[in-house]
Amino acid sequence: MRPNEGKTLAPSQIALYAILAAGGLVMLAPFFTILVVSLWPNQAFLARRFPLEQITLNNYLETFRVIPFGRYILNSAIVTVAVTVLQILISSLAAFAFARLRFRGREGLFLLYLATLMIPSQVTLIPNFLIIKNLGWYDTYLALIVPGLFSALSTFLLRQYYRTIPLDLDEAARMDGAGSLRIWLQVIVPLSGPVMAALAVFTFQATWNDFLWPLVVTGSQHMRTVPIGLSYFVGQYSTAWNLLMAGSMISVLPVLLIYFLAQKTFVQGITLTGLGGR
Amino acid sequence: MSHPSATTAVRRNPFRWRPDQQWEAYLFVLPSLLGFLVFVFLAVGASFGISFLDWGLTGPRGVAGLSNYRELLRDPVFWRVFRNTAFYIFTIVPTQLLLGLLIAVALNQALRGQELLRIIYFLPVVTTIVAGAIVFRLLLSRTGPLADLVSNLGELAGLPLRMPDLLGSTQYSKWSVVLLTLWKNTGFTMVIYLAALQGVPKELYDAAHVDGAGAWQRFRNITVPLISPTTFFLFILQTIGAFQLFAEPFVLTRGGPAQSSMTVVHYIYDNAFRFTRMGKASAIAWFLFLFIFGFTVMQNIMQRRWVHYETE
Repeated sequence: MRPNEGKTLAPSQIALYAILAAGGLVMLAPFFTILVVSLWPNQAFLARRFPLEQITLNNYLETFRVIPFGRYILNSAIVTVAVTVLQILISSLAAFAFARLRFRGREGLFLLYLATLMIPSQVTLIPNFLIIKNLGWYDTYLALIVPGLFSALSTFLLRQYYRTIPLDLDEAARMDGAGSLRIWLQVIVPLSGPVMAALAVFTFQATWNDFLWPLVVTGSQHMRTVPIGLSYFVGQYSTAWNLLMAGSMISVLPVLLIYFLAQKTFVQGITLTGLGGR
Repeated sequence: MSHPSATTAVRRNPFRWRPDQQWEAYLFVLPSLLGFLVFVFLAVGASFGISFLDWGLTGPRGVAGLSNYRELLRDPVFWRVFRNTAFYIFTIVPTQLLLGLLIAVALNQALRGQELLRIIYFLPVVTTIVAGAIVFRLLLSRTGPLADLVSNLGELAGLPLRMPDLLGSTQYSKWSVVLLTLWKNTGFTMVIYLAALQGVPKELYDAAHVDGAGAWQRFRNITVPLISPTTFFLFILQTIGAFQLFAEPFVLTRGGPAQSSMTVVHYIYDNAFRFTRMGKASAIAWFLFLFIFGFTVMQNIMQRRWVHYETE
């Protein structure tokens, strides 16, 4: 507890409050704008008059009518869930081997994984696009999902965590006749719930919000994810602010919902991975 | 997948190295390794190779040698987008670190409503960047609410104030990207700084208080040095992020007008997927990598001068 607790507010604290609150308002203003403009007809925004009796959900309905927004949401949901689940599964298996099994070349391979963290994703963007094209995966779910399943960062973070679990547990399980797969599933995975949850939440929001890769490997309208669909929407309806705001609202809702439900896990995930700032 | 030989080996000596575990281990790594081989290792090699080719979408048209790289050095647009990116790094990174630290220090006091404020400041971080960019298109447009606010304030003060055309002028378009990015990312630096501040031992502050150190002195002589590893980490991370800026200007200004807000990554995208010049685009990507790598190495050398580690 701080020394100031329980005393009356000093003037400096009131000033602090005022500044923090003003900053908070600045942060909230865009969300407030999205909400208000999406709930009134466009004329209301143009006239800057928002009479209560004109509130409507029409913009939301209209957004779903003019672009296949439902399809975008479905695509984003499929891709996000698949990448989150499979990426953590694949990373967890590899991390288990790196942390708790011995094999020739383990340290060298792990260093190689670590080294790839230095390489910006733009370097692999073009070859991966060409690989996807040659595999015949362009404009399919496979293109959106498969390259996202292999993460050096997830593997690294899980390995670091697995190393903190006492090795005695493995040995005890082996004494009881458990193989490595069972040790992974019944000893390691249950003990790493918090770190997996944090990683899952981080991967979920990163995949949901991903922009460059889905932009590059989707071509047709019905394969677009929410951010891509939205960015084309701006191109076509650049002044239909009411519709654009409704679309923006729909696009941020899923992640905001998870954020409010699992606030602690979310912040942990971002802090843990350290790369969530973009 | 229980191996009988493994268990007998364990019974004999739990810490003995077992050859059969080796194959098991490879199986665990295999799914990940296959993906890395194709989408990372092969891709990195291919990218390097392609940067020396004259490659359109219809296939390799021939070896270009160093000509992609040479062309870049003479390409005025490349230098423009490079300067833009440098501008973003120099404006966004320091501001973001400073604002994040100030908010974190303020929120680290036992304030009422601290929790709520933290949630609010963090909200933009989890927001889809495209949605953020679209609202900023509205907010910053010449007929938008911010322009209203500025001219209303001007009227109140009796001055002919007008908001500059943040989105549509070559002079100011970069600033709109800066504003959007600050709004989006400051909550991130704040959260990381908050975690660091909680790790600073309270006794140090108490001792300094007894010695008569004021708030500023305590901040300057205790907080700043003790969280310098975090500052270093954020500095590297945010600089690398700014080097890779793409979605923000791509949606907000489309890189324009006249490439005035375009970034290096946007130019890679344009070359590869609009002009189908895969070779040139790959060469730009390697330039980018070189700069990021050089920057990181340089900072790791310089950190000895200003980063304070507790183990020392």
